[in-house]
Formats: sequence, structure tokens, C-alpha cells
Amino acid sequence: MATKIGMEVSVAIGEAVKLANADVIAAYPITPQTHIVEHLAELVADGELDAEYVPVESEHSAMSACLGSAAAGARTFTATAGQGLELMHEVLYIASSMRLPVVMTVVNRALSAPISIWGDHADAMAVRDTGWIQIFTENGQEVVDNVLCAFRIAEDRRVLLPVMVHLDGFHLSHMIEPILLPEQGEVDQFLPPNQYPLPLDPNKPVTMGGFGPPYIYPEIKWAQEIKLRAAKEVILQVWQEFGDAFGRYYSPLEGYHSEGCQVLLLTMGSFSETAMAAIDKMRSEGKDVGLVRLRLWRPFPFDEIRQAVKNAEVLIVLDRAISFGGPGGPVCSEIRSALYQQDRKPKVIGFVGGLGGRDISASGFEEIVNRGMEIAEKTSRNEFEVFGVRE
Amino acid sequence: MAKSEGELTWKDIEIGSIVTEPGSASQYRTGDWRTQRPVFDLDKCNKCGLCYIYCPEGCIYQNAEGYFEANLFYCKGCGICATECPKKVITMVEEEE
Repeated sequence: MATKIGMEVSVAIGEAVKLANADVIAAYPITPQTHIVEHLAELVADGELDAEYVPVESEHSAMSACLGSAAAGARTFTATAGQGLELMHEVLYIASSMRLPVVMTVVNRALSAPISIWGDHADAMAVRDTGWIQIFTENGQEVVDNVLCAFRIAEDRRVLLPVMVHLDGFHLSHMIEPILLPEQGEVDQFLPPNQYPLPLDPNKPVTMGGFGPPYIYPEIKWAQEIKLRAAKEVILQVWQEFGDAFGRYYSPLEGYHSEGCQVLLLTMGSFSETAMAAIDKMRSEGKDVGLVRLRLWRPFPFDEIRQAVKNAEVLIVLDRAISFGGPGGPVCSEIRSALYQQDRKPKVIGFVGGLGGRDISASGFEEIVNRGMEIAEKTSRNEFEVFGVRE
Repeated sequence: MAKSEGELTWKDIEIGSIVTEPGSASQYRTGDWRTQRPVFDLDKCNKCGLCYIYCPEGCIYQNAEGYFEANLFYCKGCGICATECPKKVITMVEEEE
């Protein structure tokens, strides 16, 4: 029987990677991701995890080492945050284009300048189009479970794509939470050994990362797009099987009192737990408000979103990143775009908040919902408002 | 390769566009990058082999009689051989369709 233990979420991620029996970890420490890789370095040094720990000199090298490792067929893990994710940027595209099943936890952090080590989704949004599967988690248990699922999804022959598991810096990474760590035998049963179909092998040489002239490049990109979209079916299947094995079920988005609500709030990441408290309070006061939390960011769950919000009058979306000079927060503009062709759709009201670690309390979420409802009454609206910013 | 370049669809692409056939780069015709072609006047050639040594593509080879020639499937027409030849054997001539 698995036992529930109170531990820091970052440490729990290290334990999940150990349970997944990773072969190679190549990482560079950066706040607020540090405790994950520190713990993994310790597990390897103490002989508790039989893996290669590659202490590289930068995140660019970390991801490059991960490419080589995954290409050799090794189960590969890394973690980063903020500026580190930015330094990896060009290599991220190579991982997905070469269809290498790397798993990475991204501890979401604001981007400089000014230097901020605190939580924010700007780093994640900058890598939105890199072709990775991306999952946003809400609490420690969800991160642990989704790290295990991520290896299954990434290494599935129908997928073979890298997976990012996002968690909010500090608000989630540094929390001490009760975590249920599965038994090794249970994980082994859920997660078979990695068998990359065309690994680097001197006895059967292949060329990886060759060059793609104009006559073939668009077909290669289209193949990649088709595979990423098709991955959704496998993600759903893996989440179902995980639920059947461990009793915790996950889905592309999760509703909280959202059925048939007039007003819906949509959030991504750990702030959703605070938003739930606000929803509880408002509902107790008789307000018809519900919450939708987006978990699967890529591939984007178009059908599920359309289904979940179609009967609402107002949909209030909170982004933790600004798209400067653009149509508002990236989550909000994608949801607007997903709903544009629908006959019946809610008014979509965009808010940006929680930048650079600025907290949003339950009463803050209440204010956001009230203000959103107020804006929805107006005929002319701005693309978005920044919540709580001092004018 | 069963299909020609223009017939390949996304379904024909190997995982991660991996090339499974070793040495397949030799099938790549770099010769069609060429705008000028080297023409050898073998009467002047003393078989010194400098063109063979300097060719950055390694596409100059020695024929059965010991003279040097360029393999036009690979030759990109850079003209280094023509510049280096001490006997002015090689002239670069415009490619005309």
C-alpha cells in the first residue's frame, strides 16, 4: 500500500522521477526549480536511483544532452524555470521535431527584466509553439501523477513527443503537501520500459537531425502537427489507465460547479485552488458562478472547451502572462479564437494577474469575477485588464 | 527511394525525419547548385593532382589514363580547381540550360 507523506512538492517530483526509473537526468539548477534537481542529484549520488546525472554548464546544454540521451533510447528527464527555459528555447523545437520523448518539469517563473524569481506564466507562454505536449498542474499530487503519466505519454509509439509538466514557482514547487507516492511495483506495471523505435545504435546506423530542403520541409512539419494533435487520444487513454490503476483521474479540463453556470471563471495552474474558495463563497451567496480549470494546454482541447463553456453567458479568463501589444493573455486569446466560429458562445472577458509572484487571494478572485460581470454589460470593452495593478 | 522528391507526402516520413539508410547523402545532387562548370584541357595537364587536392567537395577523380576530371553530379562550380591549377588546364564555363 502506498502511504501518504508530507513532503515538499519539488522533492516529491524527484521521487516520482526515481519511481519512473529514469536513465538520464541532465539539468542546470535555477530558482525555483533547484530543489527538484538537487534531490535527484542526491538520489543518484546515494545510489538510490541508478541513473546518469549530467551536471551541465547551461540549460542549452541540458536540453542538448537530453536530445542525445533520448535518441539513444534512454528514459530522460530534466527540469528548468524562467530564464532557463528561455535559454533552452531553440533546442526545445529540436526535441519535438526529432520526436524525442524527453520529460521536463517547468517550474513557472517570471522573465527578466527586472529580475524576478517568482511565479508567472511568461516562461511557459514563450514556449507555447515549440511542439511539446504541455500539462499545467494544480497541486503536488497532480504533479507527481502527471510526471509518471508524462513518461507513458511521451514514450508511447503513437506519440513520441516531449512533454512539459508545468507547476507554479513557489506557490506550488515549495509547498509541503501530503503526497501519495505509489509503490515501485505499481509504477513498473503502469510504466513499461522505454523502447524508442529507432535509437542510436552502431550496429544499425541512422542519421538524426539531417537537413530538410524545401521539397520536404512542409511535409515534415505537417506530420509533426498531425502527431501532436493525435497525441490527445493517447493522453486521454493514459489518464484513464492511470485512474484505473491509482484511483486519481485526470482530464484536459476540470469543472468546479461549472455545469449550467451563467458565469464561468477559467484559470490554469495552482491559483485555481484559491479561485475555488472564491467560487464557494460566491455560490453560498446565491451567485451562479463556476470554475473551469485548463489542464491540457498542448494539444489544445478545442472540443472540451467548447463543450464546457457553451451554455455560459460570461467567461472570465485569468492569464498569468501578458502578450505585449497583443490581444490580451495568451490563454484568453486562444479561447476566444476557439469559440469564434461557434453559434452559441459566452462573452469572453480577459484579465491578466498574478505577474511576478503577485498573489491573488480568494477575495481577489471574487473581485475579478464581479469586475468581469460588470465589463460584460458594457458594449465597448478593452482586450483585457490587469488585475490589481496600481494606476 | 521508391518515390521521387515531389511525390513524398507526410505519411512517407520516418519518425523525426530520421534517415535510416547510411550514406544516403551521396544520393544528393549538389551539382545542380552550379552556375559554372569546370572544363579540362587535358593537352596542358601534367597530372600534378593539385585540383584533386584543393577540391573542397572531393568530387575530382583520376581517370584510367591518370588525368583528373570533375564529377558533375557533385561539383558545385566553385572554381577553386581552376584558380589553383598551375598549368591553366581548367576553365570555368557558364552553365546554359
